[in-house]
Amino acid sequence: MTKNINLTLKVWRQNRSRPKGGFEIYNAKDISTDMSFLEMLDVVNENLIVEKKEPIAFDHDCREGICGTCGAVVDGQAHGPQKETTLCQLHMRHFKNNETIVIEPWRARAFPVVKDLVVDRGALDEIIAAGGYISAKTGGPQDANNILIGKEIADEAFNAAACIGCGACVAACPNASAMLFVGAKISHLGLLPQGRPEAKKRVMSMVRAMDRLGFGNCSNETECEIQCPKAISIKNIARMNRDFVKASVS
Amino acid sequence: MLPDSKVPAGPLADKWDRHRFELKLVNPANRKKYDIIVVGTGLAGASAAASLGELGYNVKNFCIQDSPRRAHSIAAQGGINASKNYSNDGDSTWRLFYDTIKGGDFRAREANVYRLAQLSENIIDQCVAQGVPFARDYGGLLDNRSFGGAQVARTFYARGQTGQQLLLGAYSALMRQVSEGKVKLYARREMLDLVIVDGKARGIVVRNLITGELESYSAHAVVLATGGYGNAYFLSTNAMSSNVTAAFRAYRKGAFFANPSFTQIHPTCIPVHGLHQSKLTLMSESLRNDGRVWVPKEPGDKRVPEKIPESERDYYLERKYPSFGNLVPRDVASRNAKEQCDLGKGVGETGLAVYLDFAEAIKRDGKNVIEAKYGNLFEMYEKITGENPYVTPMKIYPAVHYTMGGLWVDYNLMTNVEGLFALGEANFSDHGANRLGASALMQGLADGYFIAPYTISGYLGSNTIKSIDTSHPAFDQSRKEISEQVSRFLSIQGKQTVNQFHRRLGKILWDYCGIAKDEAGLSKALGMIRDLRKEFYKDVYVPGEGADFNQSLENAGRVADFMELAELMVLDALNRKESCGCHLNTAYLTEENEPLRDDENFALVAAWEYTGEDKEPVFHKESLTFENVELTQRSYK
Ligand SMILES: Cc1cc2nc3c(=O)[nH]c(=O)nc-3n(C[C@H](O)[C@H](O)[C@H](O)COP(=O)(O)OP(=O)(O)OC[C@H]3O[C@@H](n4cnc5c(N)ncnc54)[C@H](O)[C@@H]3O)c2cc1C
Ligand code: FES
Repeated sequence: MTKNINLTLKVWRQNRSRPKGGFEIYNAKDISTDMSFLEMLDVVNENLIVEKKEPIAFDHDCREGICGTCGAVVDGQAHGPQKETTLCQLHMRHFKNNETIVIEPWRARAFPVVKDLVVDRGALDEIIAAGGYISAKTGGPQDANNILIGKEIADEAFNAAACIGCGACVAACPNASAMLFVGAKISHLGLLPQGRPEAKKRVMSMVRAMDRLGFGNCSNETECEIQCPKAISIKNIARMNRDFVKASVS
Repeated sequence: MLPDSKVPAGPLADKWDRHRFELKLVNPANRKKYDIIVVGTGLAGASAAASLGELGYNVKNFCIQDSPRRAHSIAAQGGINASKNYSNDGDSTWRLFYDTIKGGDFRAREANVYRLAQLSENIIDQCVAQGVPFARDYGGLLDNRSFGGAQVARTFYARGQTGQQLLLGAYSALMRQVSEGKVKLYARREMLDLVIVDGKARGIVVRNLITGELESYSAHAVVLATGGYGNAYFLSTNAMSSNVTAAFRAYRKGAFFANPSFTQIHPTCIPVHGLHQSKLTLMSESLRNDGRVWVPKEPGDKRVPEKIPESERDYYLERKYPSFGNLVPRDVASRNAKEQCDLGKGVGETGLAVYLDFAEAIKRDGKNVIEAKYGNLFEMYEKITGENPYVTPMKIYPAVHYTMGGLWVDYNLMTNVEGLFALGEANFSDHGANRLGASALMQGLADGYFIAPYTISGYLGSNTIKSIDTSHPAFDQSRKEISEQVSRFLSIQGKQTVNQFHRRLGKILWDYCGIAKDEAGLSKALGMIRDLRKEFYKDVYVPGEGADFNQSLENAGRVADFMELAELMVLDALNRKESCGCHLNTAYLTEENEPLRDDENFALVAAWEYTGEDKEPVFHKESLTFENVELTQRSYK
């Protein structure tokens, strides 16, 4: 049932003229429980603009939970309290009237804040550039059905490939580790026959890039898996570690 | 003057081969002397940038998002077509070509569409080689499903996330070139102008969205792969940052805009639920493979769906179109949904929805099978609406989804501005007046992987393009104009937000230039849009500063362009005195209420030329000739 609720928001504000940043309090009145979390922020922002104040900057694009652009830590949880849900797919029916909600950006050394809730996640692209691909040139591949891939393997590769690269795993991890992100890509490509030839080189270069870019190490807190909006499994980290050890000794 | 479309002579099936042979090449050692700008990192842009980089050109690749992987293509759900005939159900290049040209209601070029069908098979091979995890059967072979407007199963898919997996494939190829130094990436940049020197496209000016600085980049050729403009309607299935700005500013610099009014309204979206709504969510058309569309037979029947017995339901698509049933093309399905709601048979709180029911499929195949096919879509539906589609039928309604119109291009995908190419949804080329499902992904990748690399080489190889850099005065002039526009937005200091204007613009377009149009409504819309634009420049309030990360300012520029585009869309709709595909003018209908084409006068592409602010654009026509297919009345009965 649709109803309207009132909320208090404690939002992290930070910009280039205020490099330290801090919380500000806003009232979000008459919020329909049918709204998404980002639509709630839209309403708050429209009101701020009408009052001639600067709206809260936040990243978003598809609003369908697939592009990985949105994300904020809501009440201590990356993407908020709903399991397997991105911030844009989180709906206000999961909040109570008169609740106070704390909203912060992803916090990690490798993700500097751009403004308010917007951070720079370019480091994730750099990790992919280090080896997160199969070197298939355009043109001339063999027929797509020439190599059979069993359904189980294809499905497992797909599960890993479903990562949206939002960075929630990094934000959720006490060590700001990117191992779930990297592990997912290692699994996706390494499980497929097309990705095997480069598997060793790939794991070595991606892990090195991850270390170089200032991401932390995994200490088995499993917060990444718990807070991942796409339920990427930490088994992928185990697979990455195995591949890494194998690649290092050979 | 509209240049020649450069469609090669000879039999349809040989045109592309022959053309590729005739195109000039650039010697591998010389390629590094050429810079190419690619704007956009969606399927079209990423595949083009990666392939051009691989050939040895220096590529500069731009996008609005913080990462190239987030381009709007990522959201495509249902699948990608290819005439592999793996299903052995009679598919062929010819059939894919025919379905696509017929689906587009005979308003596309035969030669372009045939080439697209030819290349479709290579795309699947390419993507599998990159590691795209398409759905497979237990034997390890690729699986297919069918999509609207086709009677064969030729659609390849990766659960409900096909666009994501294809884009990640193209993105990985792109990142490989980035690591090899052949592509340089510029994320969070918005192209705000095209720079033309001596009649040739030679560069762009972008706004750095983090610092607000205006940056200039020069090149020997410029490629726009900047997506579609469905967001002109405010509510659409497009990502929030999808816009027309890049294409529109090229239009202002002389590139012709073709068929701007050809907008596809997708039949299966989650209905609008409130005023605060920011976008509409698509429920993939693949759902129509198993879901049955119905409304109550009696207008105003407010019972919950479970309480309405079979005999009191109208499965209107199955009834009216027995051979295609629920799989009629999108324009037909959308129009019929609106018709049922106009008759008072719409369901849900607003009466603007119809049911898409899976009860029978679940009973037949079991919940597991349905879950494996559509699990993520069902989940998304439940997240948004709070209703469980395994138990109660989905409610759906049409929403703006795709724009067939775009920059006019010739067979080489070059616009009428020399050296300016347009790929993917940003061009007008292959879908005529209506796009069939699963063919946009196919087109974007065909353009980027397999067409543009040849035709751009052909252009570079056959033209002498003198060296210039960004110190050329044309760049200063562009930067000056853009900073003036930015200052103008910030200095209006009115009372209404950019979004408020955008919402109003969207409503005008939806009401008068949407599923069904008529002359009186269109004329009225023209006046309303002009007034709205005047009001915008008097009363908009854009907060913040130009030299900062400023999302309101970004949006102001996009909405300003949408307002001008909207006028062009309405003019184009007024100009086309027929109905075809998605363009339905109620004055031109067959006896059965289907769109009535006028092939004698309107088998043409309308290409519009900009002539200045507040001046009427000039109409150019490209006549379409059909040598290989017979123009029939589309029938899906
Ligand atoms: C919800 C949804 C589902 C869909 N499902 C399917 C499907 O199942 N099958 C199918 O075939 N099609 C589908 N489509 C259509 C298809 O996804 C799109 O037509 C296609 O992805 C467009 O790709 P593109 O590369 O042309 O542009 P886009 O993917 O839109 O990319 C545009 C790029 O240009 C950049 N850009 C834009 N403007 C500027 C600027 N001014 N400056 C700098 N950069 C700019 C953007 O940052 C982005 O990188 C779907 C569409 C939607 C909305
Ligand atoms: S906005 Fe795309 S995942 Fe949330």
